[in-house]
Amino acid sequence: MKSDRIKFLVFALVVLLMPLPLSGGYLTNVLIFVGINSVLALGLNLLLGYAGQISLGQAAFFGLGAYGSGVLTTAYGLNPWLAMIAVAVCVALFAFAIGFPVLRLKGHYLAMATLGVGVIVNIAFNETVDLTGGPSGLSGIPNLSIGSLTFDSDLKNYYLVWVFALGMILLSLNLVNSRFGRGLRAIHDSEVAARVMGVNARLMKVQVFTLSAFMSAIMGSLYCHVMTFISPNSFGFHFSVELLTMIVIGGLGSVYGSILGALLLTMLPEMLRTFQDYDIIVYGLLLITMTIYLPGGLVEGIPALFRRLVPAKKVTEGSDA
Amino acid sequence: MKKLVSTAFASFALLCLSTAALAAQPIKIGALFAVTGPASFLGEPERNTAQMVVDEINKAGGVKGRKLELITYDTGGDATKAVQLANKLVKNDQVVAIIGPSTTGDSMAIIPVVEKAQIPLISCAAGSKITEPVKKWVFKTAQNDGLAVAKIYEQLKKEKKTRVAILTVSDGFGSSGREQLKAQAAHYGIQILSDDTYGPKDTDMTAQLAKIRGSQAQALICWGTNPGPAVIARNAKQLGLSIPVYMSHGVSSKKFIELAGDAAEGIRLPSGKVLVADLLPKNDKQRASLLAFIKDYQNHFKAEGDHFGGHAWDAVMLLKGAIERGGDTPAGIRNALEATRNFPGIGGVFSYSAKDHAGLTKDAFTLVEVRKKDWVLVK
Amino acid sequence: MELLNQVTQFVISGLATGSIYALIGLSFAIIFNSTGIINFAQGEFVMLGGVLTIFSLNVLHLPLLAAILVAVAVTTVIGLVFERLAIRPLKNATPLMLIIITIGASILIRGLVMLLWGKDTQALPAFSGTDPISVAGATLLPQHLWIFGVTVLVIIGCRLFFNHTISGKAMRACSFNRRAANLVGISVGRMVLFSFVISAAVGALAGVIIAPLTMTAYDVGVMLGLKGFCAAIMGGMGSGLGTVLGGLILGTLESLGAGLISSGYKDAIAFFILLLILFIRPQGLFKKGETERV
Repeated sequence: MKSDRIKFLVFALVVLLMPLPLSGGYLTNVLIFVGINSVLALGLNLLLGYAGQISLGQAAFFGLGAYGSGVLTTAYGLNPWLAMIAVAVCVALFAFAIGFPVLRLKGHYLAMATLGVGVIVNIAFNETVDLTGGPSGLSGIPNLSIGSLTFDSDLKNYYLVWVFALGMILLSLNLVNSRFGRGLRAIHDSEVAARVMGVNARLMKVQVFTLSAFMSAIMGSLYCHVMTFISPNSFGFHFSVELLTMIVIGGLGSVYGSILGALLLTMLPEMLRTFQDYDIIVYGLLLITMTIYLPGGLVEGIPALFRRLVPAKKVTEGSDA
Repeated sequence: MKKLVSTAFASFALLCLSTAALAAQPIKIGALFAVTGPASFLGEPERNTAQMVVDEINKAGGVKGRKLELITYDTGGDATKAVQLANKLVKNDQVVAIIGPSTTGDSMAIIPVVEKAQIPLISCAAGSKITEPVKKWVFKTAQNDGLAVAKIYEQLKKEKKTRVAILTVSDGFGSSGREQLKAQAAHYGIQILSDDTYGPKDTDMTAQLAKIRGSQAQALICWGTNPGPAVIARNAKQLGLSIPVYMSHGVSSKKFIELAGDAAEGIRLPSGKVLVADLLPKNDKQRASLLAFIKDYQNHFKAEGDHFGGHAWDAVMLLKGAIERGGDTPAGIRNALEATRNFPGIGGVFSYSAKDHAGLTKDAFTLVEVRKKDWVLVK
Repeated sequence: MELLNQVTQFVISGLATGSIYALIGLSFAIIFNSTGIINFAQGEFVMLGGVLTIFSLNVLHLPLLAAILVAVAVTTVIGLVFERLAIRPLKNATPLMLIIITIGASILIRGLVMLLWGKDTQALPAFSGTDPISVAGATLLPQHLWIFGVTVLVIIGCRLFFNHTISGKAMRACSFNRRAANLVGISVGRMVLFSFVISAAVGALAGVIIAPLTMTAYDVGVMLGLKGFCAAIMGGMGSGLGTVLGGLILGTLESLGAGLISSGYKDAIAFFILLLILFIRPQGLFKKGETERV
């Protein structure tokens, strides 16, 4: 337990000191989105990696958070912080309500149902033009502020997002080591066995689904205030799949794995830019090879690779190319 | 674990430092285009054209003896990525101006970035809200949707047709067109009887068209980009829809005629003059620019230059003029851009002012009709 | 009367679109049935069918029939290579990893096609003209009849193959219980390979016959794949009539929704009903419930 706490503290320190070497450069901006994606991936990982329930509609909750805050602050002039809380609570209630029928489904039927929810929500963003601005997007969303401090630069937004992210990461770390977390893992291994042991599997699945929706909605609100512009195609099926990819690549059932996955996939387009037009091919190849050769994700793969390479002192490029 | 995280972060830090290399000689211009993704039909010709024009300018000695350097990134039509890349252009590449993005969504997304950094942006997207209200640092070259709508409505009014059906695609392009179609209808005494949409990837629109066939509409106006309108043209033929069909400038390229085949016959649309450059009278102001662009594009890419590429041509040429007159600082370029008058480009004759950063009038469009698989001017 | 005419047209159009979904749904179900894999690259097989036919027709100047055969054959080979390189190396793969791998493959295939043939949409000429056919006051295109015909042939083919041939029965055995199938001497690996080959061929065939209607480009696979997946889920992932009915229902719902309620919400309406169906019958419309094994 103690080593966990040290691990987190080191991680938090790295995060908080990170902007110093970057000196306000453009990477600070990218790392804001890494923070947002980390929490989104983490929410999905709690659901999928711990409780074993797939969701292909995670972007919908993110979008609801973003649009909720965006609309309430622009059209109705609500205080952004108040809007954030109100929206997150509403999204959580929505997830709780649909959670019962949806999470009764299993396997690919569950995938289909969550995908359906995602598609419907996205169509709603597109069609309620008077409210959301439709496909051409909603602009003029204010930045967040506390007193006279307005979060209008990359550096300020970086700390804003990462403070939230660190809070949620800490919450998740505590959660997965709690009775609740053990219950989730029991459901993952065998729902029937978990029930026999007295775990209220149905309720717990809905609870973790609600929690992940809540986390996504908060990040959605932050996203809209950082970007000050949102449009529906940022919250589509494509993004749900990207989140799924993040946690599989990073490591299922690992809090830090989610962050690693988010970091890699958010930075990847940047690193692949040297390949120019071929980047999409390299991206596809990477997904396939990493899944084949690092089945436990980066979080298991990197230390394993490290152990294999260090004593042998012989770098075998083929194993991770 | 901690080693892992810290090495990862350290390597990113290094990556960042190494890209901040110094080379001040050429004038750096940033470009953001949606080269991949659903809007690649815009982004690809735009990127090609921008690079082509910059190369030509450099070959001819550059601007005031200094070469231009074009730094192009692909947004993939994704607003989040567009914002990141706009930041990169501003902070790492330190460009003096940005051209693009290709879509209205991407443009709206990066406006706060350029406004804050005080870097001039010449957008290549059509949405009128990019420059309405006027933003100090934002200009655009693509013709406003509103102008295209006005061109169609004028023609309908001339033919005394007052009842129309509209069918628009549910993406940024379609919804902007739909907004304009609805807003201007009353002004021309036109009544919209049915207002339908279709998805960008839909493959069958007979349901919407059957509904429109059953209405009293005297004309159908469809707003979309390939391949949707081609599907609509074919479906309309299948259903025997007898009312005239108007399309938007979003399909003003030979590709549309190729995709729709026989079904394209008789369809009308407002288009930039680039489609009909050879039919223009000799004294047309844009004629020289148009013919030069078409010839250049043909030489470089063995393809017909379309008006999407034209948006980028205009943006680079406007920028070149502004740098010649205003110097190489962002503020100088901005002021010179705003002072641009009567610049004959591909999209039209541009005259910017403090109140107008779109710079075009509805003369930028001509109404064309498809006849025998080619375009003719509608008189 | 006018309304009745319209509704007939909605239904006929819906059935026509639905049979496209059905055909793609079938190709999903073939892989799922013998391997339990949901192949997210299935839409890409459909896209390859269309794109390769146009390439053979326009660049290689083959006659239509030969072009179709080349397209289906090449796609089949791609399916085979895909299984060999990306599916087989996995040991103890979880369904989730397989999903990510197939997503990776779909990105890869899409990227390759984009680089090789560009991003433009292409049209394939209709097989037997474009003169509309009148059916009960509604109109259809000859190409729709091709789609109906091929769908029926594929169903019959699947039926015969899965119920009356040794390989077909062996593939079904693998889907019921891999280990048991292995124990009675069925080479599970080979059956997985088979299923990818057949599914790629069916997907490509679907892509070819719908290309004259829907046109094709490197990115059409995503949408078509998604709709096909819905059809297969509605039908309970069976490789027979259930999936076909699922596709037809989906197509008709979309068309009726677009015509009668709202064209903007038509996909939402279809998905909403799909959700309701799933909530009421979690095992799909046309499948008997199974008890979960512990």
